[in-house]
Amino acid sequence: MSRLTDTNVAIAHEIIARYPRPKSALIPLLHLSQEQNGYVTDDAMKHIAELVGVTPAEVLGTASFYEMFKFEPVGKYVINICGTMSCALMGSEELLHHAEHRLGVKAGGTTADGIFTIEHAECQAACTEAPCLQVNYRYRFRMTTQQLDVLIDDLAAGKLAEEIPPHGTLARVRQHIPADRSVGAVPPEAPGQEPVWMNGKAAL
Amino acid sequence: MTGTYAHAAGFYAGDRPKIVTSRFEYADSHTLERYLATDGYKGLRSALSRPAADVHEEVKNATVLGRGGAGFPAGTKWGLMPQGNFPRYLVVNGDESEPGTYKDRLLMERDPHQLIEGCLIACYAAGLTRCFLYIRGEMATAQERVAAALNEAYAAGYVGRNILGSNFSVDIVLHWGAGAYVVGEETALIESLEGNRGMPRLKPPYFPAAIGLYGQPTIVNNVETLANLPWLARNGAEAYTAIGTKTSPGTRMVAVSGHVKRPGVYEIVNGTTTFRDLLYGDEFCQGIRNGNKLKAFVPGGGSAPWFLPDQLDLPFEASQVGPAGSMLGSGAIMVMDETTDIPHAALTLTRFYAHESCGKCTPCREGGTWLERILTRIVEGNGTDADLEQLIEVGTSICPGDFPHASSERLGLTAVPFPYKMTTICFVGPSAYAPVNSALTLFPEEFESRVTKRNRIPVTAVGGE
Repeated sequence: MSRLTDTNVAIAHEIIARYPRPKSALIPLLHLSQEQNGYVTDDAMKHIAELVGVTPAEVLGTASFYEMFKFEPVGKYVINICGTMSCALMGSEELLHHAEHRLGVKAGGTTADGIFTIEHAECQAACTEAPCLQVNYRYRFRMTTQQLDVLIDDLAAGKLAEEIPPHGTLARVRQHIPADRSVGAVPPEAPGQEPVWMNGKAAL
Repeated sequence: MTGTYAHAAGFYAGDRPKIVTSRFEYADSHTLERYLATDGYKGLRSALSRPAADVHEEVKNATVLGRGGAGFPAGTKWGLMPQGNFPRYLVVNGDESEPGTYKDRLLMERDPHQLIEGCLIACYAAGLTRCFLYIRGEMATAQERVAAALNEAYAAGYVGRNILGSNFSVDIVLHWGAGAYVVGEETALIESLEGNRGMPRLKPPYFPAAIGLYGQPTIVNNVETLANLPWLARNGAEAYTAIGTKTSPGTRMVAVSGHVKRPGVYEIVNGTTTFRDLLYGDEFCQGIRNGNKLKAFVPGGGSAPWFLPDQLDLPFEASQVGPAGSMLGSGAIMVMDETTDIPHAALTLTRFYAHESCGKCTPCREGGTWLERILTRIVEGNGTDADLEQLIEVGTSICPGDFPHASSERLGLTAVPFPYKMTTICFVGPSAYAPVNSALTLFPEEFESRVTKRNRIPVTAVGGE
């Protein structure tokens, strides 16, 4: 179960075609499978291996390096609380402790109802808006413990479903390269020539 | 307009020259419509109306320094590619994750077309035939904005085959990461883009310009660096170098965070603004919170050795910060006031680098973890004075010799200039040690008061004396 759906296979082929070598599509395809299932399943990795032309072990080899890929189910909402310097200076450790108490799980854990996972994250690039957190990689700035409580209530009540998609979905806009505009990818081994516009003349 | 914009949280415009943030004031700055209404793609038109070599020459003359951390001039970097070897690629480094830093995220979210135009100008000038725009995995909004902008740009004929009806053709492919700080190192970025574990490559070759993506000549440029090119192509090298100093022309985006009254991201004129201006100036951070005293600050992202109030009058200029014992890195300042627990603050950075070590080089893989564990022990009150020596021993195995640090009048210290020696391929290992060394060197008393001084227990006969 949980190989890529036909719709996602079509998207996968479109993504693979953009790269001079298919293996480059591994990370985007792993994200696609995580978007479909909420986490990266073994079957999805086997399927991706077939699509890209590598072994399933190579897919796992790459996937296991990257923190965003989960190999077992996580909460519908993954709350990443930043613990690096700027956030720590502004009280993020208290925020994390509060979340742990409130949800009854330690950082890295998932609540029994499968709604929330909390993680101690490292710098999320919003340092002046400390302490910050992300829910499924959507920001919340200058958080207080009270605001965190409200956020958790709202998420549990489904009030933020429109803004924050379930875990696995990153960008909701996909790049689409129209066939008539695409230059196309060629394998790097193909003997390349100097691009035509490098002939010493203006292009326009 | 000096306040923050609701749609660009953290950014303060101020009354200063703007090269890369000029459109941030518009709520719809990310759309093609707004971009075209504000000189958008005029730089590209100007570039395409000149021979590629001339545009390359212009970027060289303008001395556009890399804004990613190393500060290498972009035009020179482009010139390092071997002749006659094609295809060549452009890889855009949007994997911003240095602690303290966020400028690239704002540039991608607020002005994606400016970045796209910058990529096109770079590809045209340097003869690059395919561009991969690598965005950090955790930045969902930036990915959405850049994807939407690319779709608009393709449809309008600005990207793809025969751009603006010319013979210049290049695809820009949006690629995104999945959570790994080390991928910000350019050879690790290339490995990641090839679908591998994101580990830095052994050097030499030192520059991917020689052997990069798929073994081909590859230019890796930072988002902010490329975002400078449309303005430069529109206004010329002379106008560009008129801003800033001779050695660092133009502007820079700087994020100031921590214990200041108004933390924020500011576009500043290169080289002339001092740290005191930034921390205390009315148009910048307006002083330390609650009127507290400044204790220390990190001048250039989490990897940089720390500065003290002694260094406040240095300008934000690489050629002066280096000899003073630190670096400007990615343009991020983190401020600690007098209430800061220094060993604990150092731990929050060292933990980051220990966590982000890719595991390729032993001194970083093992050393980073050791530093984190020992420091944790000290912060939790279980450290001994032997731990202090151990920290230095582990640090010296990552960075042999004197580690750079600032001067201090209070401690009678003279500065040890940047850079350091290192036993690792990339800067993650040394970065784990930088906060430890800074904290130990500049605030020894905070460690000494924290560790247990155990007197040796005399060995006596079982029966006593």
